[in-house]
Amino acid sequence: MAVTVKIPTQLRAAADGAAEAEVEGETVGEVLDDLFERFEELRERISQDGGELRRFVNVYVGGEDIRFLDGLDTPVADGAEVTILPAVAGG
Amino acid sequence: MSPSGAELIRQIKGQINEVDPAEVHDLVDDGVALVDVRETEEFNSGHLPGARHVPRGYLESRIEGAVPDRSQRVVLYCASGNRSALAAHTLSQQLGYEHVESMTGGITLWKDRGYEVEVPRALTTEQRERYSRHLLIPEVGAEGQQKLLDSSVLLLGAGGLGSPAALYLAAAGVGTIGIVDNDEVDLSNLQRQVIHTTDRIGTSKVDSAEETMRAINPDVRVVKFPTRLGAENIMDVLQARAWDVVVDGLDNFPTRYLLNDATVRLGIPVVSASILGFDGQLSVFKPHEGPCYRCLYPVPPPVELAPSCGANGVLGVLPGTMGLLQATEVVKLIVGAGEPLVGRLLLYEALGATFTELKVRRDPDCPVCSRDPAEISDEEMGVFPDYEAFCAAAG
Repeated sequence: MAVTVKIPTQLRAAADGAAEAEVEGETVGEVLDDLFERFEELRERISQDGGELRRFVNVYVGGEDIRFLDGLDTPVADGAEVTILPAVAGG
Repeated sequence: MSPSGAELIRQIKGQINEVDPAEVHDLVDDGVALVDVRETEEFNSGHLPGARHVPRGYLESRIEGAVPDRSQRVVLYCASGNRSALAAHTLSQQLGYEHVESMTGGITLWKDRGYEVEVPRALTTEQRERYSRHLLIPEVGAEGQQKLLDSSVLLLGAGGLGSPAALYLAAAGVGTIGIVDNDEVDLSNLQRQVIHTTDRIGTSKVDSAEETMRAINPDVRVVKFPTRLGAENIMDVLQARAWDVVVDGLDNFPTRYLLNDATVRLGIPVVSASILGFDGQLSVFKPHEGPCYRCLYPVPPPVELAPSCGANGVLGVLPGTMGLLQATEVVKLIVGAGEPLVGRLLLYEALGATFTELKVRRDPDCPVCSRDPAEISDEEMGVFPDYEAFCAAAG
């Protein structure tokens, strides 16, 4: 199942400069694991040791924040878009 | 031989009914059509409460719109009772109005008697011209324009986001614009901070911004705060006036969290934008009607992912785009038009030319907006672990 993950500017250096990636997975957790397989550096940037997301990272599936869905267990449909989003403060 | 003008008026007054202001005063709420026949500028400077306005020059063509029922009692008045006498003559003799009177002494005598005068909140001739393109769209119109003129908007930062927002809000006729910025104009600002100019390098940004805004629109009152917003002054700045909206164009996380906590406490909506590289984010945080900044971002990112602590690159046009989206949201909030970006986060990615909309929900456990605003103490505002220290470490 192909899912598009959108990678924010601040994390692209850890993803070989990619702005998005096509990965596989049926839940957000699986999608992120597949992403981390490709870009190992991303794992430590946004995941804690126990596999949970670090608190400053927001992840959206289909425009919804997974904090208000099932977190990493949130199902991801084929063709869905997953957005990783940290806060930005520039003005 | 033809009579003199004064003589004609005297003759006509003999042919019509006149009524004393004292009697009119008792009739105001009594189903009488009060018609002011003076010129528009005279009417706009004050008229009898509830009066309809039909300038004498348009009497024949407009009276039916104002008083369709010819059997209704009509009291006409002008400044001193002459023009209304002539108008009363026309209505009764030529247009068939059955019960027409002219008020003796006009509004001058009315005022001398100490009766109430209503001053309409009307746009000046110049304002009608200046804002004519707003007046033509019903979502703004004269009422919305008046709201803009009465409004007070606080801009945090006269930088990348604040510059374009300030230009357009001034042009739109926002009556009072506050600007908080303690910086001076630098050559490296001019690639994007379009309110400033090359010849103002070295001058204070609030002065420079004021000069440009006043040049665009003298209607705008600019309130300058040449200071760095911090815990020690934020409540004073936010309470300096009854700000309708705050525009967040801040360049750092500590102040963004501080601003959120203070505005939630005070119930002031914030139109927030941030930029990095080719990416922009935009949302409206309307306290207790939608989520707040902490609902969206419970904690800031670590310093290696928060390049905004120090200098970082940005496409010069990007803050223009985002600042104008902010200005648009401000105008919508003030005039009450459309769907404000409450509970939604808009992402703009300039390289791909894409907009993405994400939902932002109120966090029922939000440490700030889930509580009674009165309980948010000064000590708690803007607090999160060691952020000032780590931004300082990042330079």
